[in-house]
Amino acid sequence: MVQYARARLDASFAALSDATRRGVLEQLGRSEASITDLADKFHMTLTGMKKHVGVLEQAGLVTTEKVGRVRTCKLGTRRLEEVTAWIESYRQLWDSRFDELDEVVKELKRKEKVDGRKKRE
Amino acid sequence: MDARRGSEATPMKNRTTVERTSERELVVTRTFDGPARIVFEAWTKPELFKQWWAPKSMGMFLRSCEMDVRTGGSYRLVFGHDASNPDEFFGRYIEVIPHSRLVWTNDEGGESGPVTTVTFEEKDGKTLLVMRELYPSKEALDAAGTGAADAMSETFEQLDELLAGLGASVGRS
Repeated sequence: MVQYARARLDASFAALSDATRRGVLEQLGRSEASITDLADKFHMTLTGMKKHVGVLEQAGLVTTEKVGRVRTCKLGTRRLEEVTAWIESYRQLWDSRFDELDEVVKELKRKEKVDGRKKRE
Repeated sequence: MDARRGSEATPMKNRTTVERTSERELVVTRTFDGPARIVFEAWTKPELFKQWWAPKSMGMFLRSCEMDVRTGGSYRLVFGHDASNPDEFFGRYIEVIPHSRLVWTNDEGGESGPVTTVTFEEKDGKTLLVMRELYPSKEALDAAGTGAADAMSETFEQLDELLAGLGASVGRS
């Protein structure tokens, strides 16, 4: 079970390591699209886009459905949430730390001014 | 020099971004409204470091903080409200370049700990901070992430229990 969860996470991270694929996910977050639409939007060949979508599909981040001659792609959200969950909690920790660091920086800047140690920039 | 727009009182909050840039590396970036020497100071003086490293909003408590910030120097951070059950983090500084770069090891996890590199880049009085955590292997980073995810689901389970308990007691009264 743990192994399975980890393997899924691995596949998702590999899929997310590419800027185009992250862009495709963002795009699909707004609306579903055909592979042709996506290829146009990202200035790629149909074959190139098919590959990217394939990787995303394997990771479970995207699902596709062929109706007639058009293959429509949409987000498979559940797993995206799984991946972003720990990255997001990590980001939140740093964000809270940095909010406090802002205060420290502000205070140090204020002290420098008060001390009249205003050097050239 | 002070050609600022009138309202200094409404600064925009700077964004913190996190990205997994490779199988072994996580990168955190953030801009600070101050020169690099000040931001660097806040990372290297224990009395300043203590003020922000354990944010109250995250329920963290930094019990003690020793840092000998020079190449080869060591650091040790002790977290936890309970003195008998402390959570320790320690390692060594392997590179210290004032106002621009800090590199340290994270040795509490043995061989699987990452090496942390922080760079401070000043531009127009602001500092772009980039923190990289490079793990020895993909597995080590995945394990850190999975550990975090597990800890998180544990927290949610505890919350569920708490809520269930509250519901039950409300029902009873």
